[in-house]
Amino acid sequence: MGEVGKREVRVDAFDKATGRTKYYEDLMPAEALYARIKHSTIAHGFVTAVDTAEAEQIDGVVKVITCFDVPDRPFPTAGHPWSMDPHHQDVADRLLLNRHVRYYGDDVAVVIAENEVAAMQGVRALKVTYEELPFVLDVQKAMEDGAPQLHEAYPRNILNHTSIRNGDYETAVKEPGLIKVEGWYDTPTVQHCHIENHGCFAYEENGRMTVVSSTQIPHIVRRVVGQALGRPWGDIRLIKPYIGGGFGNKQDALYEPLCAYCSTQVGGRCVRVDCSREETFVSNRVRHAIRSHIISWLRPDGTFAARKLECFSSQGAYASHGHGIVAKGMGAFPQQYPCPNVEGDAYTVFCNKPAAGAMRGYGIPQAMFANESHIDECAKAVGMDPLAFRRQNLMPVGFKDGFSQNENYFDSYNQCMDKGKAYMDYDRKIKKYAQETGPIRHGIGVATFWYNTAVYPISLETSSNRMQLNLDGTVTMQCGETEIGQGADTVYAQMTADVLGLKSYKDVHVVSCQDTDITPTGLGAYASRQTYVAGFSIRQTGDLLKEKILNYASELNRQAPYNMDIVDGNIVRIGDGRVLMSLSELAMTAQYNPVHSEHLTAESTYTIRNNAYSFGCTFAEVEVDIPMCHVKLLNIINVHDCGRLINPALAEAQVHGGMSMAIGYGLSEQLLFDEKTGKPLNNNLLDYKLSTIMDHPHLEAEFVENPEPTSAFGTKALGEPPACSGAPAIRNAIYNATGVAINENPINPHILFKRFTEEGLIQD
Amino acid sequence: MAKKQYQLVSCTINGKAVEQMVDVRASLTDLLRNDFRLTSVKKGCEVGECGACNVLIDGECFNSCLYLAVWAEGKHITTLEGLMGPNGELSDIQQAFMDETAIQCGFCIPGFIMTAVEILNRNRYYTDEELRKLLSGHLCRCTGYENIFKAVKKTMLRRLGRLDDPFLTT
Amino acid sequence: MYDMSALYEAQSVQDAIELRLAHPDAQIIAGGTDVLVQMREGKRAGKALISIQKIDSMRGVSLDEEENLRIGSLTSFTHITNDPLIQRYINVLGEAVDMVGGPQIRNAGTIGGNTCNGVTSADSASTLHAWDALIEITGKNGIRRVPIHDFYLKAGTVDLKVEEGEIQTAILIPKASYDRTFGHYIKYAMRNAMDIATLGTSVNARLSPDKKTFERVRIAFGVAGPVPLRATRAEAFINDKEVTLSNIEAFGKMVLEDINPRDSWRASKAFRQHIAVESAKRCLMESVTLAGGEL
Repeated sequence: MGEVGKREVRVDAFDKATGRTKYYEDLMPAEALYARIKHSTIAHGFVTAVDTAEAEQIDGVVKVITCFDVPDRPFPTAGHPWSMDPHHQDVADRLLLNRHVRYYGDDVAVVIAENEVAAMQGVRALKVTYEELPFVLDVQKAMEDGAPQLHEAYPRNILNHTSIRNGDYETAVKEPGLIKVEGWYDTPTVQHCHIENHGCFAYEENGRMTVVSSTQIPHIVRRVVGQALGRPWGDIRLIKPYIGGGFGNKQDALYEPLCAYCSTQVGGRCVRVDCSREETFVSNRVRHAIRSHIISWLRPDGTFAARKLECFSSQGAYASHGHGIVAKGMGAFPQQYPCPNVEGDAYTVFCNKPAAGAMRGYGIPQAMFANESHIDECAKAVGMDPLAFRRQNLMPVGFKDGFSQNENYFDSYNQCMDKGKAYMDYDRKIKKYAQETGPIRHGIGVATFWYNTAVYPISLETSSNRMQLNLDGTVTMQCGETEIGQGADTVYAQMTADVLGLKSYKDVHVVSCQDTDITPTGLGAYASRQTYVAGFSIRQTGDLLKEKILNYASELNRQAPYNMDIVDGNIVRIGDGRVLMSLSELAMTAQYNPVHSEHLTAESTYTIRNNAYSFGCTFAEVEVDIPMCHVKLLNIINVHDCGRLINPALAEAQVHGGMSMAIGYGLSEQLLFDEKTGKPLNNNLLDYKLSTIMDHPHLEAEFVENPEPTSAFGTKALGEPPACSGAPAIRNAIYNATGVAINENPINPHILFKRFTEEGLIQD
Repeated sequence: MAKKQYQLVSCTINGKAVEQMVDVRASLTDLLRNDFRLTSVKKGCEVGECGACNVLIDGECFNSCLYLAVWAEGKHITTLEGLMGPNGELSDIQQAFMDETAIQCGFCIPGFIMTAVEILNRNRYYTDEELRKLLSGHLCRCTGYENIFKAVKKTMLRRLGRLDDPFLTT
Repeated sequence: MYDMSALYEAQSVQDAIELRLAHPDAQIIAGGTDVLVQMREGKRAGKALISIQKIDSMRGVSLDEEENLRIGSLTSFTHITNDPLIQRYINVLGEAVDMVGGPQIRNAGTIGGNTCNGVTSADSASTLHAWDALIEITGKNGIRRVPIHDFYLKAGTVDLKVEEGEIQTAILIPKASYDRTFGHYIKYAMRNAMDIATLGTSVNARLSPDKKTFERVRIAFGVAGPVPLRATRAEAFINDKEVTLSNIEAFGKMVLEDINPRDSWRASKAFRQHIAVESAKRCLMESVTLAGGEL
């Protein structure tokens, strides 16, 4: 008992430490054919012809499929729950291969071959001719009249535009004595960079299509494959083995539909699609680059009279997750720093770049970079310490959001900042660093973040679960919420053990692999919801199984079910604590009872109609070498209130990973495109500057534990929040060190050189 | 189509002498994964930038993606599968990765552990800065390297008998 | 699986020369860390390779009879860094090649490959230029030596004559070059490992016996032009000058007269120029300290 809250070793650690864990490619049938994709070498235009003659002559090439061969049956790809309301369904703008190519790297044709080399040679031998069209890369230019149009149905390329109108902004700004703070903030296109690239294989069996894929969302991908192939969803079987990270990229249907289609074109033989790293950067998904414009009207006492936000989200070529990302970011704006008069406008705009989709934080890292950078400038404008300004203006305890019904039950922001401040020795260092004038300077920055846990009430939240009592008294558990590296299986085991009164989380066997033929329907890994939502169905299903067990125990022991409990794997009489029998004895007796044999299982679905705020902050300390335009991150801490910790060791590890992603976002990562051609310039792990171990200091992760009252286990979001506040904290530390405000990330040496030159810190 | 070119390669893999006919176009990754089913050798970039395919060749670490299979002739190659003892015993570094929560998705882990083996086999003390440099040939997106660093450093301290080092209690 | 048409494995230098003459279109492959990458990306797809990987006589560092430091072309970066002769006579070269990629790349990559590539960003190249290295080339007609400056013909092209069956077999640092000389290298890159240089700056100095005067200063850059280059005007300015901060400051500014970086998506010309000045100063200051001078 009491497994929740313990620092247990991951259930998959042994296999991963010994190299046994099987990822999709390790399960590959030897006979699989290789499918390689021909990508467009223009940013926008129409394919007028694909000459396949030479490719088809290559020894080993089995088949060439071009954009002229595939069905004209558009399908959506976003990893969202299906909606019965047609207006709330994802935009279906994808074809398996495209005649109208909309970004440099779009899918034009595919070569299926017996071996890898023949497939590569085949792709190189294809001759594609295009009718080129003008293209547009910049999000605001794409909205101008006369800009190149990507999709007919969306004039000025605007996929969606939503607004906030709270109070009366226009009147509020007329209040005398207000100080206006205004800024434009730009965040870059970045990529998830899970170390395992996406890949999959597909084959037909008994007239049905099986796809084994590196995905976060097996049940959703099954639906999308069905839609893309025009086949009943039950015809599709999707299997998700262990995956080498996802971070949202694999929260989309990527190449599963094309792979399955290829299999149908070669008689149902097994076909594999393995993305190269270069393809993963360009032809999967990226994080939305968002440009934000913020105006704050401040009173001299540092309170807000009115605020305004405009954001422009660069969708890239296809809708994928679309407007949800920037909408979430805008939604945070009036909540994080409440103000009676707020105007907000968010636009999601197509342009000729790779499709942007979900990525850890889902719009909030972008929003926090803009808003938390801006807050530091607000603090400066009224002469307040950035921490004090935040304490004064952040969402107060008791705040309730009208739409989501989320409520701020605890003083999490202040508690988190108190911990960060103490760790950083903030007051002393701030004072000391303020004296520096030389070429090397130091600074400390703070940023907070706003987050919520799941997707209710925007989309359905549901979790299903199946539990089975094994004959040895252990329990096998299955659900559709997936292990993608974060440690989901381990916390499920801990929660299940507690609900059922098992001795150890090791007495729970979580079936890690999802197979849509077998696994109860679930939606998979996205948002920061799995521990929260699976918690409800684990609790409910566990209670059902426990009831069945105790009812059976009642038959055997002559005791009323309510007078018994399960403790440490035994049936115990509550009144005197006497052990009546072990779960194993009960299971054996029940199974082999010649009169009343019973296989004790339970299965249930829980529909979640709650959501939960999750707050925290980052403190960062930097050393800035001004002449070298170089920032060294000296010290960084994240503090989170994610409710009750199910497994503190795994929670810390989650935070480390998010902090690392935030460091890259703050200082080095950016996918670049050639302005003249739209070609991606650095789609590899050498030129795309993911942090190495030498780019990090020690990462400190701390927590404030206020158990979430709506939650089955007191827990709430932790998956994405660690990636949200790091970049603006680093930005604010550089601001503190140098006085130079840098409103675009990553803050790499090029940006520092430009800004230090503009501000006169560098004179050549 | 030119005739395919094969070559017989004799080498030692995880302590066992083997002979294999090899397509000269194959990388060592191909040889280990496809011919010997040593699937701990992972493919993350295939151009030596991520370190997931790292193995030991005569005691030094190499990205097997950039090493031709035919070059394995006469070499001693060790993959993560070769670390386990005959009765399934884990090595200290594998145990440390488990205990320190250094593993998340697990995809970069085999490569990282093999580099750790090369470092630890030198039986030398390294400063934090040196240790970070020695581990810098691997990219990981899950862990921020924090607990990986911890696992390697703690194992180093234990092997050197520095059992009173305060780092061991972090 | 690489898309190569054939693989020829040389067992000796003589073997390599003969294979080269027999297959003039084939590409030499040493450590593989560049050639295989290019083959995969399609640039060298379908080509034949001549592997020199197994020629163990081309590995190792030694002193020849004239006390020149001789580095076999197949010596890996790791082995150069760990070599006692390198550490004693030209430690900066060991430090520079210890910044190439990451540890596994340094175990595989060779100094011969690093220079035969002809690329300006190679971490060894600026230091070898700054120390007047000689390149030993072996062909069907025997051995010739060329100064490294002349070895680089243009970006990506070095002075190896395929029709002579030539391969690079060693790199030499003459005694006159390393004697009483101390140097420092700054690799300017966007991250601290697994990166290529945005700018490489290698400086070395020999001070007068009283440590007050610069007897000989040499400076070379990578990525400040299409091939690695020396800043000869800056060198001429500082030689025989007093060891002072103001002279070092002026030296730094003078490198702008010699270098010619370009604008690219990786970095602007102005940025590279700015970093070159700052790096030149810092490298020279560090060299003075290593040489026992005071500032």
